[in-house]
Amino acid sequence: MHKEFLMGNEAIALGAVAAGVNLVSGYPGTPSTEVLETVAKHRPDQTYVEWSVNEKAAMEVAAGAAYAGARSLVTMKQVGLNVAADPLMSLAYIGVKGGMVVLVADDPGPVSSQTEQDTRHFSFFSKLPCFDPSSAQEAYEMVQEAFACSEKYKTPVFLRPTTRVCHSYASVTVKDPDEYTVHRPDGFAKDSARWVIFPRLSYQNHLKIEERNVRLAEDFSSYERNKIIRPAKASGGSGSPKYLPDDISGGPCGVPAESLHAPRRGIAAGGISFTYVMEALKTAGSVPLLKIATPHPFPERLALEFLEGLDEVLCIEELDPVIERELTYLCGKYHLPAKICGKLSHHVKNAGENTRDSVSEDIHSFLAQEERRAVPAAAAASDNPPNLPVRPPVLCAGCPHRASFYAVKTAMKGKKTIFCGDIGCYTLGNAMPLDMVDTCLCMGAGLGIAQGVGHIEPDTHCFAFVGDSTFFASAITGVVNAVYNQSDMTLIILDNSTTAMTGHQPHPGTGQTMMGEMTSKINIEAVLQGIGLTAVETVDPLDLKKAVSCVKRTAEKPGVKAVVFRSPCIAVTQPAPVMHVLSEKCISCRKCIRELGCPALILNGDKVCIDSSLCTGCTLCSQLCPTGAIANGKEAKSRE
Amino acid sequence: MNKNIILCGVGGQGTVLASKLISAAAMSKALPVMSAETIGMAQRGGSVFSHVRIGKGLYSPMIAKGEADIIIGFEPGEAVRMLPFLREGGTVITSSHKISPVTATLSGSSYSGGEMTAYLQEHVKKLFIIDTQKACEEIGSSKVLNILLLGAAIKSGALGLAEEDIKTAIISRLPERFHELNFKALAYARRHAETP
Repeated sequence: MHKEFLMGNEAIALGAVAAGVNLVSGYPGTPSTEVLETVAKHRPDQTYVEWSVNEKAAMEVAAGAAYAGARSLVTMKQVGLNVAADPLMSLAYIGVKGGMVVLVADDPGPVSSQTEQDTRHFSFFSKLPCFDPSSAQEAYEMVQEAFACSEKYKTPVFLRPTTRVCHSYASVTVKDPDEYTVHRPDGFAKDSARWVIFPRLSYQNHLKIEERNVRLAEDFSSYERNKIIRPAKASGGSGSPKYLPDDISGGPCGVPAESLHAPRRGIAAGGISFTYVMEALKTAGSVPLLKIATPHPFPERLALEFLEGLDEVLCIEELDPVIERELTYLCGKYHLPAKICGKLSHHVKNAGENTRDSVSEDIHSFLAQEERRAVPAAAAASDNPPNLPVRPPVLCAGCPHRASFYAVKTAMKGKKTIFCGDIGCYTLGNAMPLDMVDTCLCMGAGLGIAQGVGHIEPDTHCFAFVGDSTFFASAITGVVNAVYNQSDMTLIILDNSTTAMTGHQPHPGTGQTMMGEMTSKINIEAVLQGIGLTAVETVDPLDLKKAVSCVKRTAEKPGVKAVVFRSPCIAVTQPAPVMHVLSEKCISCRKCIRELGCPALILNGDKVCIDSSLCTGCTLCSQLCPTGAIANGKEAKSRE
Repeated sequence: MNKNIILCGVGGQGTVLASKLISAAAMSKALPVMSAETIGMAQRGGSVFSHVRIGKGLYSPMIAKGEADIIIGFEPGEAVRMLPFLREGGTVITSSHKISPVTATLSGSSYSGGEMTAYLQEHVKKLFIIDTQKACEEIGSSKVLNILLLGAAIKSGALGLAEEDIKTAIISRLPERFHELNFKALAYARRHAETP
């Protein structure tokens, strides 16, 4: 054993390596991405790692490996699980041979996601067990325990960290390589009665799953990470013994009026919120605390032990009120008097991320303690600070997507259009002044949305924008649908040769795999032509004139047509010489600032300047400047 | 030693590396460390922060309001944004160089950064300001911003780490060709970080 300073996701990866994982597949998505990348970096000889084309493919690859007796790990973010839901729901009935851990990172807030969906519900829905770590250290150990659980019950299991567990760092005690488990897959054994899903088999397995989950709930009641933490001094509640007024509770059952003792209170929590509760209890006083590490199947026996003798319980959890519903259910099932408080009872806000402060406030008001820690002098509410700059995320200076959006905008000026966006850096094309994303729903959806709008509004020029990685992940079926159903639309492919938003992962168009091998690049134009598109043009978006005329030409053609804008992400290329404003030529019209919104274009008083620490020399601004007042460093020097 | 440290700035300024160096320096002194930082979409020019917590008896990597011993602002407006986290008597280190968001440039807003440093001067007793723009020009690299701020934090005495600790962390974490440049930045900050 030794200590390493690890991100939660790195800890999960090293835990999987220590458990002898044989195969890891996944699709990038914040906050899950670093798990697979870290396994790839520390990859022992016998481990296979891949970025799959999407989450469904990743799930199936990992399932296949587990069928063959391997320990497999599949990684994704919460919305990725929606894509992988089809294989997962069936796999829940079939089960696995080798251990299979389904890592799904949830994103309360949401910080970088479309939804605040709760994978603990997915675990309930699919009837699969779920492990919910509260820290990097716990995640390291839990992934190893999850593999053991998966093999014991021959079922895939969820490991569900959330953003603050995934992306926090801690000094984690980890195993030395000679302490790692070596897992040798014994291979796939033909047995069609086991591996081929048919209605009869599903029925039989459904019975077994329900019975198994009762055993799992019992097992989990003894699992050391589910626990009741009792205060050192035996006392129910602390602080002034006041009741919560019933009118703010909204709960179904209040404390009986005849009960004269101070209400005995407890708190239930899971995930990162557990750590917030532990911090808050340092000042809020001591009450019994139920820590839930396996929200499904719920550790019923342990929860009953906790509920015994309590009058009120506050549930602190993020996303949905899963623990709260389970405890409410148990109180009904066993006729317990405890009032369960949380999101459903409006004691805790029911959307967004918990913070140290929100949890501290929730606990203090639950314990009926009016006095809270004083806000420090430096930040008293009355000291109105000056207006803080608003900083929405923007496309980077020099980003080729800016040029692509600008070209389409210029080409289609004055026409009735809809610009259907998609998921990736290019969602940021929605920001002013580009304002080029009218819709964004989920990965690959822009194509379908554009087709649907087109069927209802035939006079609208319907555009769908999709990135290269997203094209392979989930847009190809949309193109097939458009061609088959004779839609009239323009597909814009923003090919920057990487998966930029999640940190530059390779994909089928890059010709590299996560194993570091070179493979043949899948050619986007050839795919489109293969599907039957006759109008497919490729252009460099940083050549503004050519790009605009290409879009004009293509958009006027009938049927489904495509423009591929190809220019690499600035984060994976060498910058060109930076641009300069020639002050004698600049007429301060600010067209560059008004139309492009590049962060490198700044105002110094009245004058437009270029921030040389941000400029990458893409030259887009110089191409639209009406007086030729922007030149790159070399040109600017030679003219001076 | 227990320390709660917040580093804040704009995506792309190098707050993450600075928090890693602090963590590495604390780890090498066998102190328990936890940290958390912004990853994802906000890294594209948004407000970003790192929380670093050093010491025993900690559960959460996140710092609560009024709990930070020191705020290291890579941009003056971002330092003000984080001020509710500062404990009474806490220290603020800030760069005086503002970064205008695109929204401000577009609307022609008058954000100058000066109003932020003035506000900090009014409300924070232990304040250290460093003109990082001038410093980067004199040192000849815009990449040393984070080390300049670490240097100022060391000088304030509130970080609980010495210049040697950070130097050791730089040696262990950065390629050798960058060592001298970063040592120069540390020394520069020692000389030029000022209490107004």
